[in-house]
Parts: sequence; structure tokens; C-alpha cells
Amino acid sequence: MALVSTLVFVTLLVVLVVSAPGWPDVKQAFFNREVFEDSFPEIARAFLLNVRIFLIAEVFILVFALVLAVLRGLPGPVFFPLRALATVYADLFRGIPTILVIYILGFGVTALQLPGVPVSPLFWGTVALVLVYSAYVSEVYRAGIESVHPSQEAAARSLGLNRLQALRFVVLPQAVRRVIPPLLNDFIGLQKDTALVALLGVIEAFRQSQIDVAATFNYTPYICTAILFIAITIPLARFTDWLIARERRRQQAGRLA
Amino acid sequence: MSAGVNGRALLIEGLSKSFGKLEVLRGIDLELEEHEVVCLIGASGSGKSTLLRCVNLLEPIDAGRIVLHGEEITAPGTDVNRVRRGIGIVFQAFNLFPHMSVLENVTLGPRKALGLSRAEAEARGAELLLRFGLADKRDEYPDRLSGGQQQRVAIVRALAMQPGLLLLDEVTSALDPELVGEVLSVIRSLATEGMTMLIATHEMSFARDVAHRVCFLDEGVILEQGGPSQIFGAPREPRTQQFLQRIVEAGRL
Repeated sequence: MALVSTLVFVTLLVVLVVSAPGWPDVKQAFFNREVFEDSFPEIARAFLLNVRIFLIAEVFILVFALVLAVLRGLPGPVFFPLRALATVYADLFRGIPTILVIYILGFGVTALQLPGVPVSPLFWGTVALVLVYSAYVSEVYRAGIESVHPSQEAAARSLGLNRLQALRFVVLPQAVRRVIPPLLNDFIGLQKDTALVALLGVIEAFRQSQIDVAATFNYTPYICTAILFIAITIPLARFTDWLIARERRRQQAGRLA
Repeated sequence: MSAGVNGRALLIEGLSKSFGKLEVLRGIDLELEEHEVVCLIGASGSGKSTLLRCVNLLEPIDAGRIVLHGEEITAPGTDVNRVRRGIGIVFQAFNLFPHMSVLENVTLGPRKALGLSRAEAEARGAELLLRFGLADKRDEYPDRLSGGQQQRVAIVRALAMQPGLLLLDEVTSALDPELVGEVLSVIRSLATEGMTMLIATHEMSFARDVAHRVCFLDEGVILEQGGPSQIFGAPREPRTQQFLQRIVEAGRL
């Protein structure tokens, strides 16, 4: 039944679009088969750079965000400066549009011409993504840490474990397990935002498609890039759904036992 | 840990603790000899749990001092982690680590706080699990166990540290009635072996059987203490009489 209704719906949608008065022009400009076949290999090669930026940035984000989240959770007046610093950081980098951070770092820091500091726009674009996404991911971690009941830490401390050991062996393993779905959600956002690095002149998939569009006076390369992004983000999204469903099943099984 | 002067395990003097404006403990004085079992009874909110948490240094105290085996553990600069290694505590809600198997729960403390190797810690843990009838549960996760089994694992987890003092905080209050017995019999066997224990409990008949001494807590002070036959048979204080009367009326004694 779901299949039938979906088919009917999609057919209606296609008929609507195809029967629109401007369709022949749009078809020529966005869905040109020849342009697609010409530009696809080049864009796909450039897209590998997006994937690489994503993978490298992700590793740094996971580590840096965890440090930020732990800093924000430090108790007592002694750690106030560190707590405040981590809070200001999260506020700042969640508040500034990603595109501005990329411009400021990519053009600002390189213009300083400091000796020993890389001038590669690819480097600074990736750094900008790490800084921005770490702010979001640290909030996800923090929510996870706070969702672990304080009695768990008390139990660990009562055995004589120090604060760091209690965090490492008892609190974090439970916290991270709970936030894997929202973490993956942020990964999907990051994967898309790798296209913003193009603004610094890095030739990744989006920039490559712009070049192809300029050369052919045809927008099909954009569609081509969109398809490539979707090919990564949709499986990631389904994987996230599956993880969430599995987590829910597990918890229910635990409750029944 | 060496025995203190006069074989005294624990000495609490003038202990006070407030949460904001609420005075939970108002000058507690209490002594425990080595191998002594002392039960704390009293209404909910009388300060039993807070007293135990203070002894384990999980709550900072406002006034007074606590001396464990001759060492003042409330003195500034005391290494709380070292002190806690010598004190076991079992909580009302078990507080087992849900992401770890039974054996991992039991070996975490010995491995990370005492520095035992995995093999040593597992040998120690397995022996204790065997003794308390949990050998076949060593690879299960806490979620898969009954409440009584979980609480026995929690007791084993505390015992694996080989503590000189065991604190039990209403360990049967979260259990279904038919599961209370198995946990109490574990505590009874520990008492027979000479484990020094401070037990907060609502199980009056258990307290009468197992305790060398019973303390009645009321509004943050120990109002009356004595042998179980005296406290349950001939309580002197009107508040104690009133409390026990209510317990009898509820059919719990």
C-alpha cells in the first residue's frame, strides 16, 4: 500500500513538473545528459577532496569537542576560568555563521604572514570547520554527560577511583553511547558544509561544478554535485535512524528483563 | 589498614551537615568497635543516608570530625580516594555500571584504584561471586539480573576492595519483598565473619537479629542507642516509642 501511494505521488509530481511551461528550458539547462557525462568524472574526483576534508575534520572535532565538554563540566570555583572559556567558545562559534569563520581564518590568518604558519586555504578552511563543529559537538557530548545520573559517578568515586578515572571508565562510556545518533546528525551537516571551503578557492566538488557551469553555460554540473553529496548523506542518515531504533529496542529489552 | 587505638574502627564526633537551610545532621556522636555491626533506624529524612555518605566523604561536612582506624579522615588535605578504598558502600538503588558485565563491575575498583592486574582482580572477583552464588552471572549485564541479584553484585563490588568498614544504605528498600531475604542473608553471613558494618535500614526484625547496637536517629541527632533488645523491647525516649509503635502498627516488626 505504501509502495502504491508513493508511486502515485511521485508520478503526479513528475507529471506536474514535466507539464510546466518552462520545463523544456529547465530540462536543457539542468538535466543535460551530455554535460552530465562530460562533467561527472571531474566533479567526482574533486568530491574525493570533500570526503577527505570531512574525514580529517571529523577526527579533530571528536577529540577537541570532548575536551571542551569535559572542561565545561569541571566542578568547583577553581575551574571557573576554564569553564567560562569553554562556554564562551561554544557561544561564539555557534553564533558566528560558518561562512564568516571560513573567510576570517582563510583570508585573515594567512594575511598575517606569520613564519611557520601554513598559508594553504585548504588547511584554514578545514580548521574553520573543526572550530565551528567542535562547538556544536561539544554541546552534544555535554548533554550526554549530563544524562548520566550522578549516582553513577558517586558509585565510581566510592570505590576510590579519582575524578578522571570515574569520567573515563564510568561516565563517558555511557554518555557517548547515548549521543551517537545526534553526533551522526552533526556529521551529516559537516559533510555538506565541506562545500563552503570552496569560498577560499579550494577546488572541491562545488567549486569544480562552478567551473564546469561557467565553461558550458549549463547548470547540469550542479545537479551532478548534489547527487554526489546525497550519495553520502542519505546512507549516513539511514544509518543514524537504524542506530536510534536499535538503541530504543535495547532500552526496552532492558526494561522488560 | 591497621586497627586503631582500642580496636576502634570508626569515631564520629559532633558531625553536622546542612543542605542550604535544611539541617540534616545536627551533632552526631557515634563510635564503632572493630567487628561491630551497628544499625541506624529512624524515619525517612532523619539523616541516615546523609550520615553514611558523610562517612564515605561523598558529602563534605560542615562541622565535627570523623576518625577511621585512628586517622582523622575529615582533616584538610586528606586523600579522599585513598580513604574511600578502605570503605565499602552499597546504595539503595544498587548503582551498578550498566555498560559493564558483572565481573567488570566487580573488578573495576581493584584494577583502577588498587592497581591490581586484570588476572588478580578477576580471580578475586570470581571467588567472591562464587561465594555469593553469582558465579554463573559473571558475564551478564546488570539489566538482565533481578533486583536481589543486582544488589548482591553491588555488595560483592564493595567487598572486592577488601574494605575495613562496610556502609549499607537501605540496601533492601528498592527490592520486591520476595527478594529481600537473599540480600539480608548475605549481610548476615558478613556479620558472622566479623565485618565491621554501619547499616541504615527499615528492616526492624533484621536489625534486631544482626545488630550489636541500634541507633535511633531523629531530626539529625542520635536520640537513643543501645542493644537491640533494649531499643526494640524497652525504648526509653517517647520519640523512639512512637516510631516503633508506628512500625508495629504497619506490621513490620
